[in-house]
Amino acid sequence: MENNAFYVALSLLLNFDAPLYQIVALSLQVSLFAVLIAAVLGFPLGAAVALWRFRGRGGVIVVLNALMGLPPVVAGLVVYLLLSRAGPLGEWGLLFTPGAMVIAQVVLVLPILAALSRQKVEEMLDEYRDQFVSLGMSRARMMPTLLWDARFALLTVLLAGFGRASAEVGAVMMVGGNIAGVTRVMTTSIVLETGKGNLPLALGLGIVLLTLVMLINAGAYLVGEFSRRRTG
Amino acid sequence: MTSMNAPLLASSALLSPPALGFDGVAYSHEERLLLGPCSFTLDGIGPTLVMGPNGAGKSLLLRLAHGLLFPTEGRVTWSSDRKPRQAMVFQQPVLLRRSAVANLIHALAVNNVPRRERAKLAYDALERFGLTACAKTPARVLSGGQQQRLALARAWVLSPQVLFLDEPTSALDPAAIKAVEAAVREFHQRGTRIVMTTHDIHQARRLAGDVLFLSGGKVREHTPADVFFDAPVSPEAQAFIAGELVE
Repeated sequence: MENNAFYVALSLLLNFDAPLYQIVALSLQVSLFAVLIAAVLGFPLGAAVALWRFRGRGGVIVVLNALMGLPPVVAGLVVYLLLSRAGPLGEWGLLFTPGAMVIAQVVLVLPILAALSRQKVEEMLDEYRDQFVSLGMSRARMMPTLLWDARFALLTVLLAGFGRASAEVGAVMMVGGNIAGVTRVMTTSIVLETGKGNLPLALGLGIVLLTLVMLINAGAYLVGEFSRRRTG
Repeated sequence: MTSMNAPLLASSALLSPPALGFDGVAYSHEERLLLGPCSFTLDGIGPTLVMGPNGAGKSLLLRLAHGLLFPTEGRVTWSSDRKPRQAMVFQQPVLLRRSAVANLIHALAVNNVPRRERAKLAYDALERFGLTACAKTPARVLSGGQQQRLALARAWVLSPQVLFLDEPTSALDPAAIKAVEAAVREFHQRGTRIVMTTHDIHQARRLAGDVLFLSGGKVREHTPADVFFDAPVSPEAQAFIAGELVE
């Protein structure tokens, strides 16, 4: 029984094994921070593209939609090149720090938040436009109203972004380096520990990650149900 | 037209609301002329009821007057120096996904009413329109009649000089219609110029000071209500009043 990897994984979890929880904590910190930054930039960006008509708008929408499927290793490579010693942002000295991982995840999540919020805000604007014009609102004034009224939809979008950030492995591996105690997160540890044959730790982290994804999806579902009941 | 309904003047506005003029206004979409060209002036006491069969261009006329659409020819004019404060109530009220009171506070906020005055104005308006009990209710779960009253309350807090209403009662039951009509009278008493479309002759009889009659995208007649209902001038209006099908 004691040799069963699953059993050992559970005992690690239940005994609050310090290295394991450190990894979980860092994962959450990096992903939450990345999603927060992506939201602050991405929601207004999405709303702006929904509100204003300008040359090249169609191109912007296509690029945002396409970047939703950006392969994480490509994002990792780009951020790596930017942050490497010889790169344009090399002076920041961020490569192989949690900061670099946050940047990589922002690059991955920002297009999702911007593209999906653009869609939601545009749908809502179609419905509200006449009333807004009647109230004499400028486009800039419409933006906060639309973002607030789309809050439930945007929360679901936010959870989707968090799911992508926390489940991703390629980019954070490349720019973080998977250094024990510094930049080791759940996904990179699972890759490493599985390679080393340390299955209990890998499995323990896998269970935490899976639980997290479940919770996020349950949250998204509940938010959707709640908003349907509140706003009809 | 200024002498119309003179007795009402005493009880109504201290300041008469600005007159609305259509100066050769026409509206075309994709080469098709949908309205006009039409010229008229609304400078009476009102309320002005815009009547006519479906597709006559009533809603279009209201949207052009309110500035939601721009005429492809001619222009909309106001007797005031500045564009007057206006509000519009739609057939389907467009309410924000927030509580009833938050809808009013939002309207006040976008009109730069100081923050500390907003709540009081909002609650006063809710009380006036019988919505105090649902102040905190999400606006979109209110009944159809309550939603339309909330839309009227939103217009009320903006103290418009001109209020446009586009078929505001067409989706409502009789009790709710009564409430909406009472609200329209309150606006009128306050001195707001009312311009309202309806396809309901009985409603027009109850509310109208003057009637603007449209058919086929043209203004056929603009006469005081008593003239319109008893002895309409244009053949189209005569047919309409007589209950014939007018195109």
